Order: sequence, then structure tokens, then C-alpha cells
Amino acid sequence: MTPLLTCKQFLDELSDYLDEKTDEALRNKLEQHINDCPNCWVICDTTKKTIQIYKGMDPYPIPPEIHTRLMTALEHKMARKP
Amino acid sequence: MSSPIGIDDEAAVVAQARLGDEKAFTELLRRYEGKIFRLALHITQNREDAEDVLQEAFLKAYEHLDQFQGQSKFYTWIVRIAVNQALMKLRKRKSDRSVSLDDTIDTGEDKVAREIAAWDENPEQQYSREEINEILGGAIDGLTPIYRAVFVLRDVDGLSTEEAAEALDLSVPAVKSRLLRARLQLRDKLTRYFKRKGDDTFAYL
Repeated sequence: MTPLLTCKQFLDELSDYLDEKTDEALRNKLEQHINDCPNCWVICDTTKKTIQIYKGMDPYPIPPEIHTRLMTALEHKMARKP
Repeated sequence: MSSPIGIDDEAAVVAQARLGDEKAFTELLRRYEGKIFRLALHITQNREDAEDVLQEAFLKAYEHLDQFQGQSKFYTWIVRIAVNQALMKLRKRKSDRSVSLDDTIDTGEDKVAREIAAWDENPEQQYSREEINEILGGAIDGLTPIYRAVFVLRDVDGLSTEEAAEALDLSVPAVKSRLLRARLQLRDKLTRYFKRKGDDTFAYL
């Protein structure tokens, strides 16, 4: 019988688990913990959704005036370069 | 010839830029200016500072392009320059307090979740796109600069842990522990918006 994980041990591994970076033995233990612990199941599920929502976040469109100022500064720099 | 460079081959664009091809450098700028500006905004939380950081990062990159080794991605390299510039801005603003990406962090109390409630299946559909962006951006801005930078690079920009470590000059374990805390803190913040109606928060063990 493998020793059960505590909630703290579960949370320590949560990021790697969600990134699918844990080996099979650890993954089994983590999954056993979520099955037995409703709180950790909720944390795991909502953290996964958090990452998914941010992945779908719109890329920040650069304001045109900021792009223009950046290009102007770069052109000045290029003109000065021998 | 319509385009001087193969659009998808970053290494070729960088090589052209290093040979002095100004169009190639401008192409790199177009690819990454939006991401660098967003990252700078998240770290400095100030539009003027973010614009300065954006300019300084690209001008420095142009000036020191010969120092770019080419072993890492150009994006990782310019992120590193931009993060350093952004942290300098923060230090200047809070001159009484040093700001570092390597600050010691406490050992786990901040990992205890305060809000534990299940979310709706598609919580984001209850909000308009503008509202969602505001909620997501506001939640990130509530993190400390260290966590903001790690989270944006890993989970928004999609860099690997190793690339984020290189860009931020942190060890891989340091990136991992910051990412975990950032994710848990964001989850906690978003739960206030996305939890299923009628669900009571129940106490954490």
C-alpha cells in the first residue's frame, strides 16, 4: 500500500501534474488523492480552467501611436549606425 | 521579390538582421512588439513606463545584436532585456525597496486556497469579451511582479519552463515554484467571478 498524499503534497505537485510532467507512479498517487479529496479536486479543476482561460486571452494589440513612436526611434538609431 | 525573408524561419530572419538587414530587424520588431509591450505593462503596471521599456528593449537589442548567441530564441533574448529594463523602472519608482525576480518567498502559507468552489462549465460565457479581458488582466495585476512575469511568460505567451528560466535569469525550480503560486493565486481571484451560483464556499481542511 503506497502512503497517501497530504493536501499540501498534492498542491506542491499540482503544476507539474497539470503540465503532464509527472511520472506515472506519482500521477497515480495524485489522481487517487483527487478522487478522495473533494477540495483538492475543485482546486485542481479550477486551476486547470484558469490556465485554459488565460491561454485563450487575446494578444494585446499594440496601440498604433506606440508602434509609430517605436519605429521612429528605431529609424533614428539605424540612421546613426555606420 | 515580395518579401526579403522567409516568414516562418526565425533563425533566418535573425541571421539576416545580424548581417545588417534593417528590414529583417523590423520584421522581428513587428513579430514581438505586442508581446513585449504586454509583458512590460504587466510588470510595470504603467503605460508610460511600459512604452519606455518597449523602446529601450528593441533599441538595445538592435545595438547589441552581435552579442545574441543564437542558441536561444530571439524572443527569449529580448524578453530578458525587457524584463531587466522593467525591473529597473520598478526600482526607480520604489527606491526604498529593491525589486528582484529572485526575492525569497515564504514557504507555503500563500498556497492555502481561500475560496474553494466549483466553477460553471463555461464561466467565461457569462461575460463579454471586454469584461473577461478586464477580469483576467485585473487578476494578473494583483500578483507581485515576480509572479506576474513568470505567469505571463509561461501560461500566456507559452514559453517552456526552461525558456522562462533563461529569460528571467532564474533557476528552473524557482520558475516552477513561482508559477505554482501564481496559478493558485489567480485561481483564487477568478473563483470570485466564475464560481457556480448557489455553491457555498466550504472550509479548506
